Amino acid sequence: MAGLMEDFGNFTHAVVRAIPDSFANEDSRRKKTVEVDLAKAQREHELYIEVLRHQLGLRVLELPADESLPDCAFVEDAAVVCGDTALITRPGSDIRRKETEAVKMVLKEMNLNIVEIDDESATLDGMDVLFTGREFFVGLSERTNQRGAEILADTFKDYAVSVVPVQNGRHLKSFCSMGGPDLIIIGSSEQAQRALKIMKQMSDHRYDKLTVPDDAAANCIYVHLPDKGHTLLHCTPEEFPESAKVFERLKDYLLIPVSNAEKVKVDGALTCCSVLIHKKV
Amino acid sequence: MTTEVVSEAEVKKEPEKADEQPAAPQQDAEQESEQPAAIQDGDTPRTASPQTDRKSKEARGLSRFLPPWLKRQKSQSRTEPSEDHEDKAPMEEQLEAPPPEEVSPQEAERDESHSIGSADTQPAKEEKGEEFPERIGDGKEEEDLLESKAGEKEDEPLKAEAEAEKSSLKPAKKMKTVTCQVTLLDGSLLPCEVEKRAKGIVLFVKVCEHLNLLEKDYFGLCYKDHADQKCWLDPAKEIKRQIRNCPWQFAFSVKFYPPDPSQLTEDITRYLLCLQLRQDIASGRLPCSFVTHSLLGSYTLQAEMGDHDPDACCLDYISEFQFAPSQSKEMEEKVVELYKTHRGMSPAQADAQFLENAKKLSMYGVDLHHAKDSEGVDIMLGVCANGLLIYKDRLRINRFAWPKILKISYKRSNFYIKIRPGEAEQFESSVGFKLPNHRAAKRLWKVCVEHHTFFRLVTPEQPPKARFLTLGSKFRYSGRTQAQTRQASTLIDRPAPHFERCSSKRLSRSLDGVPGLGMDDQAGATSLGRTPGEKNGRDPALELSSDSKSKLRVQGENIYVRHSNLMLEDLDKTQEDVLKHQASISELKRNFMESTPEPQPSQWDKRLTASPATSLRLRAQATAEDKQKSDTLEQAEVEIEETVVIKEVRKAPKVEVTVPEVVVTAVTEKEPEKKPGGEAEGRGGEGVTQRGSTSSDSHSESEDEAEYHPQAPSVSVDQIKELPEEEEELEVEAQPLEAEPTAASPCPTTEEQEPALKDEAQNGHPESQSPQGSVEEDEEDEGEPKLNGDASRAETEGFPQVICCSEPPVVKTEMVTISDTFAAQKTEISTLEVPIVHTETKTITYEAAQVDGAGDSEPGMLMTAQTITSESLCTTTTTHITKMLKGGVSETRIEKRIVISGDSDIDHDQALARAIKEAKEQHPDMSVTRVVVHKETEVMEEGKD
Repeated sequence: MAGLMEDFGNFTHAVVRAIPDSFANEDSRRKKTVEVDLAKAQREHELYIEVLRHQLGLRVLELPADESLPDCAFVEDAAVVCGDTALITRPGSDIRRKETEAVKMVLKEMNLNIVEIDDESATLDGMDVLFTGREFFVGLSERTNQRGAEILADTFKDYAVSVVPVQNGRHLKSFCSMGGPDLIIIGSSEQAQRALKIMKQMSDHRYDKLTVPDDAAANCIYVHLPDKGHTLLHCTPEEFPESAKVFERLKDYLLIPVSNAEKVKVDGALTCCSVLIHKKV
Repeated sequence: MTTEVVSEAEVKKEPEKADEQPAAPQQDAEQESEQPAAIQDGDTPRTASPQTDRKSKEARGLSRFLPPWLKRQKSQSRTEPSEDHEDKAPMEEQLEAPPPEEVSPQEAERDESHSIGSADTQPAKEEKGEEFPERIGDGKEEEDLLESKAGEKEDEPLKAEAEAEKSSLKPAKKMKTVTCQVTLLDGSLLPCEVEKRAKGIVLFVKVCEHLNLLEKDYFGLCYKDHADQKCWLDPAKEIKRQIRNCPWQFAFSVKFYPPDPSQLTEDITRYLLCLQLRQDIASGRLPCSFVTHSLLGSYTLQAEMGDHDPDACCLDYISEFQFAPSQSKEMEEKVVELYKTHRGMSPAQADAQFLENAKKLSMYGVDLHHAKDSEGVDIMLGVCANGLLIYKDRLRINRFAWPKILKISYKRSNFYIKIRPGEAEQFESSVGFKLPNHRAAKRLWKVCVEHHTFFRLVTPEQPPKARFLTLGSKFRYSGRTQAQTRQASTLIDRPAPHFERCSSKRLSRSLDGVPGLGMDDQAGATSLGRTPGEKNGRDPALELSSDSKSKLRVQGENIYVRHSNLMLEDLDKTQEDVLKHQASISELKRNFMESTPEPQPSQWDKRLTASPATSLRLRAQATAEDKQKSDTLEQAEVEIEETVVIKEVRKAPKVEVTVPEVVVTAVTEKEPEKKPGGEAEGRGGEGVTQRGSTSSDSHSESEDEAEYHPQAPSVSVDQIKELPEEEEELEVEAQPLEAEPTAASPCPTTEEQEPALKDEAQNGHPESQSPQGSVEEDEEDEGEPKLNGDASRAETEGFPQVICCSEPPVVKTEMVTISDTFAAQKTEISTLEVPIVHTETKTITYEAAQVDGAGDSEPGMLMTAQTITSESLCTTTTTHITKMLKGGVSETRIEKRIVISGDSDIDHDQALARAIKEAKEQHPDMSVTRVVVHKETEVMEEGKD
């Protein structure tokens, strides 16, 4: 069955998308009015892609940027891939809806089973979907609604899909991510802890948790590499010194700090910038 | 002790005993050791129950002389109170078979009509050999017919046939038999002939034998009721009474889906589980992704077809298989593609792989029930091994692990769970759901009780004792738990049975099971199967119990009482505060309850016999305890309301108040063996009166409500390693007392003891908490009540005469629970407690109509019973005097219940000493046989946790 625990963290491909120049000046898409250094962001992104390609050994499929879609680099929101199935989302922000088209195309080319959301009332951001290897948690946020979550559940019938309310305009993975097969990395904010509590209650499985001081630092990318074993992409000490220390507790892990300072300003966490796929040959 | 033994020797006198005991485990062991006997065991239950019935019959005889209300009471004590006439009549017949000596005159009369041969004397054995042994007289059947005439009509033809056949085979016996059509998991039909009044287990055992299935506890039989709902056939109850006028058609199916099928011992068991899952998948009940459908399908092919034959064109026949509710060509191709990769895999391995993948599906083993939440939104409640899942559409919106659930109850069409407060929370909360109807609510409740017991407990919880005023369903799962069945499975020692895997593409094919020796277990009966295709179909009527237990349960179920207050419940106390307004009512009830004896004389007798040294009136103690219990319970119950709302009950911190209750029971025994039963009856009578309007109609279906406290038993259970839960730790605190009920299971209990004590400490009842609760009662010999009771008794020890509650009182663990709950959570309770003691004087007198030759079997006649209450400054004394006539000897028992209330400064020890002393002085000619101390201290809310 797809997504067996043993497969968790095993990926072969990554879909990414370049950051358009409109990235920095299109503040309309976000409430944040932070200054974003476009060049810096693009550099970060390139480094990020390098890591995926060289350190993780993934085949990286890079989509060209679309200037009309400032957030298009955040491909995670556009699709949820689990096993051989890809659910093309319907992002909660209508100006981002078109981002899914290119992502869908590339996934289709990979021969994944493509599922699309027809329901006009449904919204779903990939950033709200946490797949633990055993089950899904879906954040019900400003970007993801009940209907969207239902469709996710319908798409991945093998797995339990539990809902977790997420407020304050954030996504579920704004403060958490998987750090290993049974390890949830969670931020320290009240919201994060509340969400964790809910997830624990909803699950038949017991997860370990790794709490980091900064919510943003809790978004990491876990990959299990055939040669290197557990591998974690996480924030750099420059960004979150306290949180970075926490990761050192992970023994037997290959820790790869990845700078994300600019993208994170617009809620562009590490996981946001790629769709990881395990495509058996 | 074997069930059989009970039935032959002890049952007569103490039918209840048999029931109460957790015979299942023991029997299991036996069964396994001797397979041939297995069949017997299966039947044994029946035997036992019949005897019980007999007893009831006797009671009936008495009842002629008794006022109607008394009769009523008796009926309750019977196995199946609800349908007095019809049911009883038939049952009695069966009962008659047993030993002639004991047959009461009345019975004898009846027997005449039947051809009771010497053969009948040993009903159990006959049953083994013949499926329908007990059917003695046909003439009596007419009585039964009352139940459902319509049904009868339908049955007639079948019956006729069956009988014809039967007669040809066994001319000596006249038995009405019916041919049941049992749909097996492979889709084939198995005609099974059973006696018309056979219990569910008879059919179940037959089917298992046909299948050559030993690990049967995971399975069960389903039928469809008139509303087209799938129901589990209760092995302990007569088939006919369950299905009513529905056709005798059943489906053998999996009831408890083993979370880890690899732990099953035999391949045949796994194979059957595979068949069930294939049905589940094909019907859509078990949702799968495309990939999983394909993968599972490929294993199915490998198991059924063997290695892929490159020469044959799979795609030709493959579409005959159903891999999914709707399968595309694409899926079939995928199936074949995967199928090819399984080359070399044996069928058993393929099945194992199938299961390894299927078990990971999120809906594996989840029994779904439609419901609405408190806001009327449609949701689904899913019962599974780990707890209760709440779904809205496909989304899981909540989950309550068993350890998190303190109580499960239903009332009318509402279903409630009480949730243990979280770490940071102070209050328990209750969540209510609205089910489509009452039956659905009950069905859900039963499924929960069963799943909790099966997966979380080491041994089944004893069904609540049939107390006189007890309301609601007493249903408990009495089959083997998963832990037990696993243990039993390790003993399976036979070569792997040969069985043929039939192709799932063909619908009707018969599994050639070698009709073998099934080891039957009562427990086995318990395991019900899920009817293929039905999600919700848990059977409402499921009262699985080992046969012996079944009696008790039945009683409970039948009893129908509108007042939820009367329910005996431990945990409820927590919320008692809410119920204050009902305090007065509760008091009244209590009084009655107090006087209510347990209708299970046999146990007492046994005990007495067992421990001659203590010629104590266990009874008395029990009663006393019962009283307390009942009080507690009552209060608790009140909480439950019809409204489906999520409530949070808040308990206001209270001032410390210590209310020790001292119950001194003095009993003069003129006969070494006296039976409480008589007393019980008398009391029961009272209770009946009060109830008045309690309708006899109580059927299992008619029950409005029932509760179940998963925690109690679960304490021990929770500790099972296999079922680790986060909440476990928390549980311990709250549930210590409840552990008691497990008395039946020796080991667990002991273990629990410690935690319980700790809990108390934690909760802030420091020293003085002598938990009443701790008093456990084992109804059986086996249970040694050493647990909490002993530890807590320290106070009592000072007095030589004081008997530790830990003795074999009737009262269950529940009591213990109560105290805990109190201490830990409630402050106000104590306030309520005080009022418990009341001033009521009742005298009931009637003449003994009949004395049975068999002293044991006949409970003494109640001569008089009165209750006098007096109050002084800080003590309230309730005296209950009972005079019984037993075997020509009269016995007077006096029970005093003294409630000492006051500040914490009271010297309880002194007060207790004084009370005992006074009691002795007042009745110099009597001896104090039992002292039960129940101390309750109110603790500030903060104290807990």
